[in-house]
Amino acid sequence: MTAALIIALKIAGLGLLGIFVSILLIMGVTALVARIPEKKKD
Amino acid sequence: MDFLISGLLAITFKQLVMYLIGLLLIYLAIKKEYEPSLLLPMGFGAILVNLPFSSALNQVVSGVGETQGIVEWLFHIGIEASEALPILLFIGIGAMIDFGPLLSKPALFLYGAAAQFGIFAALILATLLGFDLKDAASIAIIGAADGPTSILVSQVMHSNYIGAIAVAAYSYMALVPIIQPFAIRLVTTKKERTMTMKYQASSVSKRVRIAFPIVVTFIVGLIAPTSVSLVGFLMFGNLIRECGVLGTMSETAQNALANLITLFLGITISFSMQAESFVRTDTLLIMAIGLFAFIFDTIGGVLFAKFLNLFLKEKINPMVGAAGISAFPMSSRVVQKLALSENPQNILIMHAAGANVSGQIASAIAGGLMITLVSAYL
Repeated sequence: MTAALIIALKIAGLGLLGIFVSILLIMGVTALVARIPEKKKD
Repeated sequence: MDFLISGLLAITFKQLVMYLIGLLLIYLAIKKEYEPSLLLPMGFGAILVNLPFSSALNQVVSGVGETQGIVEWLFHIGIEASEALPILLFIGIGAMIDFGPLLSKPALFLYGAAAQFGIFAALILATLLGFDLKDAASIAIIGAADGPTSILVSQVMHSNYIGAIAVAAYSYMALVPIIQPFAIRLVTTKKERTMTMKYQASSVSKRVRIAFPIVVTFIVGLIAPTSVSLVGFLMFGNLIRECGVLGTMSETAQNALANLITLFLGITISFSMQAESFVRTDTLLIMAIGLFAFIFDTIGGVLFAKFLNLFLKEKINPMVGAAGISAFPMSSRVVQKLALSENPQNILIMHAAGANVSGQIASAIAGGLMITLVSAYL
């Protein structure tokens, strides 16, 4: 039971970390794309 | 004349229980309008698969041999083979989502991430209650508040409890208007709930709307490849919506495709609601853990919002954190309704909608990560 609990805790920690890292990367790259100036139409 | 009553005599007590459960789901769908598009087919399917010698399942007919049952065939093809039905449904869901409120205020992304906390809290609880890792992960993903994600993860994990997990996921999604206000009130004060927020609409360029689903697919696909089918199809649906050149296809995805797949998914998942596998004490435990997951999703989102408020000049109403669960659009409407009941001037819907759609992405990422991480430890 202790071993299973430790694994569950590890998965929980890594899972939440993975979600936040993914979300932060998405935010960062999206912000970069938004900064690219639009081409002005003549 | 024995053949007339042989079916009646073959009914077991567990099958009787399933008839009642099926009728209950149908009642909830029609009378209470709880997720009728799923609960009604599931309820009716539960009756179909629990009638003795039902031809909806594979049977051995004397003198003929094995006959194929339609529900069993749909389950093997649509769910067991490649999780096709839940994944295809994500195209329709992606086409329905407007990420504009989220893209105009990107900080709302974080609330979607925080509101997945309940999944991992439920994983720990399920492990403590003695479920093995695969089943614990499958049960915990009920906290994703997303039916297709729950079905996909439990199928990939070969969980023994797919039926109970699907019923729990869809039932609790329908009960969000009851569960969330209760959980929010547990961890907020009236002063916090009446906090007003300004909303300044800022336009999001078409370029960003088109780039967003592509960016998400690349990033999530590289971090958690097992998420590609879920997140990728969600983003594919969104790209069809945002590209601006596939109007009729977007309409089809949002309406005909989504309705067709939902219809098939509901009746197909009833295959896992056969009495022998559903009527067990474990089913009650799964319902309890699922409820725990939903409550802790809400609490996690609210507490994260309160934590972020320590560093923000313009405070966010903590209830917006609760909208980060994937039950879209129900959760954002629940938060708005609660806000108005506390302060009739308080309009939170756009912030809540941004957090809510973020939760849709975050829950799909959570599903993929759960599969990746659990597989590493098996």
